[in-house]
Amino acid sequence: MVKLIAALMMTLALVAHAEADLDKRAAALEEELRCLVCQNQTIADSHAGLASDLRREVREQLAQGKSEQEVLDFMVQRYGDFVLYRPPVKSTTWLLWFGPFLLLAAGALLLASRLRAARARAAEAPPSEEALQRARALLDNHKEQP
Amino acid sequence: MKRFILPLGVFVALLGFLWVGLRLNPREVPSPLIDKSAPAFALAQLHLPERQIGTRDMAGQVWILNVWASWCVACRQEHPVLMEMARLKLAPIVGLNYKDSRDDGIANLQRAGDPYMVSAFDQDGRVGIDYGVYGVPETFVIDKRGVIRYKQIGILTPDVVTGKLIPLIEKLNKEAGHG
Repeated sequence: MVKLIAALMMTLALVAHAEADLDKRAAALEEELRCLVCQNQTIADSHAGLASDLRREVREQLAQGKSEQEVLDFMVQRYGDFVLYRPPVKSTTWLLWFGPFLLLAAGALLLASRLRAARARAAEAPPSEEALQRARALLDNHKEQP
Repeated sequence: MKRFILPLGVFVALLGFLWVGLRLNPREVPSPLIDKSAPAFALAQLHLPERQIGTRDMAGQVWILNVWASWCVACRQEHPVLMEMARLKLAPIVGLNYKDSRDDGIANLQRAGDPYMVSAFDQDGRVGIDYGVYGVPETFVIDKRGVIRYKQIGILTPDVVTGKLIPLIEKLNKEAGHG
């Protein structure tokens, strides 16, 4: 009798553990999927009817032993890449992923060319005698004042 | 003067982007199902629960799948357009009664008229998920080979019907059934 109870409790504990594990995996996946009814929410956050249907779908498929990737593929097949909160890197999304770096590089190039041009201008044309005199006068003036 | 041209150009380009962005409809998500086989289904009929309706029954002809529900306000707005399409006999219209109660659905059609050849009863919305439905009403045009050729998210307007659906259906009717 004691053995039976122990075995029963063991099974219950295992089931509970598996349940908790499934909950965690489902919750993590639900954070990755966009609710298409209220587009700025994940299906985990949304109370829309569709979101709860999709949560049910996620849980059922994980419980059937499908991998996370398989569930995501299922959703993308039906709703497109838009359902993913993290868009995949592919030819149509290169601009989205690499555009900011492109802008950064363009900015750096522009800055470098400007600096080089300014330096070249300074080297080409030495200050005129008049300008030097004015600069000297300003410096002298500055020395006397304090 | 020259130094203002670049910033002005950038500003105008930005304005252009924002202008286009304002005119896009973010609710219209391009469906990955276009030009793919319509997901197979077989569901109980709305009026006759003991009889089924599914993709297999519609094979070999151009048909329209319209997702609707009695709780869907926009569907009421769309309803007269569907009635007109049924009257013109463009193509058989199959209703997908989505996440509804049988009584409400039937009552709705009795009150307003029934444009559907038959309605399938998708109570838990599983077929809806297979079709990527997220905003009722939605309408699919499916060709003779069972391929989805058009999807309308939101209501069918008379403009959409005359401008897109009628030409498309005429074209599809001329296509061979098995190619």
